[in-house]
Amino acid sequence: MSEIVLETRNVTRDYSIGGGLFSKQKTVHALKGIDLKLEKGKTLAVVGESGCGKSTLARIITMIDAPTSGEVLIDGQPVDITAGPLSSEMRRKVQIVFQNPYGSLNPRQKIGDVLMEPLNIDGSVPVSERRERAMGMLEKIGLLPEHFNRYPHMFSGGQRQRIAIARALMLNPQLLVLDEPVSALDLSVQAQVLNLLADLQDEFSLTYVFISHDLSVVRYIADEVMVMYFGEAVEYGTRDEVFSNPQHNYTKTLFAATPRADVESIKKRLAAKVA
Amino acid sequence: MTKADTPLLEIENLTVEFDTASGNLKAVDGVSLSVHEREVLAIVGESGSGKSVSMLAVMGLLPWTARVTADALRFQGRDISNLTSSERRKLVGKDVAMIFQEPIASLNPCFTVGFQIDETLREHTKLNKRERRDRTIELFEAVGLPNPEDRLSAYPHQMSGGQCQRVMIAMAIACDPKLLIADEPTTALDVTIQKQILDLLVDLQAEKNMGMIMITHDMGVVAETADRVIVKYKGRKMEEADVLSLFENPQNSYTKALLSALPENATGDRLPTVTDLTFEQQANPEASA
Ligand SMILES: Nc1ncnc2c1ncn2[C@@H]1O[C@H](COP(=O)(O)OP(=O)(O)O)[C@@H](O)[C@H]1O
Ligand SMILES: Nc1ncnc2c1ncn2[C@@H]1O[C@H](COP(=O)(O)OP(=O)(O)O)[C@@H](O)[C@H]1O
Ligand SMILES: [Mg+2]
Ligand SMILES: [Mg+2]
Repeated sequence: MSEIVLETRNVTRDYSIGGGLFSKQKTVHALKGIDLKLEKGKTLAVVGESGCGKSTLARIITMIDAPTSGEVLIDGQPVDITAGPLSSEMRRKVQIVFQNPYGSLNPRQKIGDVLMEPLNIDGSVPVSERRERAMGMLEKIGLLPEHFNRYPHMFSGGQRQRIAIARALMLNPQLLVLDEPVSALDLSVQAQVLNLLADLQDEFSLTYVFISHDLSVVRYIADEVMVMYFGEAVEYGTRDEVFSNPQHNYTKTLFAATPRADVESIKKRLAAKVA
Repeated sequence: MTKADTPLLEIENLTVEFDTASGNLKAVDGVSLSVHEREVLAIVGESGSGKSVSMLAVMGLLPWTARVTADALRFQGRDISNLTSSERRKLVGKDVAMIFQEPIASLNPCFTVGFQIDETLREHTKLNKRERRDRTIELFEAVGLPNPEDRLSAYPHQMSGGQCQRVMIAMAIACDPKLLIADEPTTALDVTIQKQILDLLVDLQAEKNMGMIMITHDMGVVAETADRVIVKYKGRKMEEADVLSLFENPQNSYTKALLSALPENATGDRLPTVTDLTFEQQANPEASA
């Protein structure tokens, strides 16, 4: 039997906006009933354009935000953050990495401290062990021991994103939610980060929810794909199903709009231009 | 050289340096390029490779801290390296127009978009008020803005990013420029909107016989728009080729590495990565120029 690490059942999230002195209160239905099931060690890619609800879903899965209705199950256990504080064991299981590798690290904190901080939470890990584990993690993400005492501004965007991933992994989570983790990175750096994620997934059997608007990245990294449109999952299936036989019109529009960098497509474009 | 094959824009051996806290920075290092009428030249490179700075230098839009040198800067054969500021204003905005990455930030939030186009027309044309209004509506139609008349009185924040970029394009083509420089015009937009904007730019370019310089970091955008391509790395030109040759048979090892880092070109279960050091020696400004 395969292990289901993450499940959502009919999850919705409404936001109320306005409602001040002069404007009428409005409700934004950011998520309109999302169902998903994700097996251990797999990568689910969530795609869709800005405002379709991807980050809202990410926050709910990460237990930072509560759904308006519906259920979230981590490792088969229902979680409800409105019912009281979660156990640290539950908190540990899911971690998140954000898009902006500049904003997400504290500029006054040395990299070593960034990595050790998550281990301080319950005081159960002795200092020497914290240091050892942080050093080990530095090495895993391709940085050097001398980087331990440096500040974030001394690192490039790609290195900072690797540090953010390392921080998320310090507590040995099972599920990593990556909200546009490579969108701000150059192509060559993107490749390094994607390779690192693949290595870490193999080593730790990590499960990923990978949010992206870049279909070429999604096609490369995903086992399963969910296409969101105005808060709805309009398409959900294995990568091959979705890419070879998209059902929904929006998915087809998205595919048609994605630039093609292959030689055949360029030849076709140039031929049409001459005609 | 006959008039017909005089390039619109010609740059020879352009170098731009900045003094920074950590020393001298060569943002552009000996770059030469030319672009002709009816031609789309893409300049592609990763962030910091000097794409924007090289164009801002040509337009005279860099801060005084920049040291710009070049063997030649010519527009339609005319030397533009020592223009007075009023000569430059005549050139930029009329014969040469630019659009930028952040459409919302590039528009003035305090004025209606109709007013902002009217300003451009007032500065560069002899049209009267009535004619300028008609021209603005015509431009809004040309860039595919729905209900062009109602748009005149809209403020930038009342429009989406894609619509603001259409307004920017309308403003750029308002005075029928001969050369349009688009600096990452779709980087901030969703892919479906990107497609619409790229199609619009390429259609306008062909219809008006403009030359266009498309600055981008995205190989997909290059593949979809360019006739000719210049690949930049750390301020230098690594390779120059027509678009098909570049993708079919790249010559420079940096170009090769960049293309193989595209996830859609992945062959194994890891992507080849571009390591910095390999290219230091190979950066060759004369490469296949
Ligand atoms: N805290 C919030 N308050 C009000 N509206 C919000 C909030 N967060 C997101 N929204 C709205 O919910 C929708 C989905 O947003 P988001 O999940 O951030 O989309 P995405 O990550 O796909 O760009 C958008 O319409 C957005 O404006
Ligand atoms: N006003 C400035 N002062 C100092 N350095 C600058 C300035 N503008 C740009 N640079 C530097 O010049 C280099 C090239 O920048 P730019 O042309 O903007 O890159 P690109 O457009 O290719 O991303 C970068 O290293 C950038 O930090
Ligand atoms: Mg988001
Ligand atoms: Mg730039």
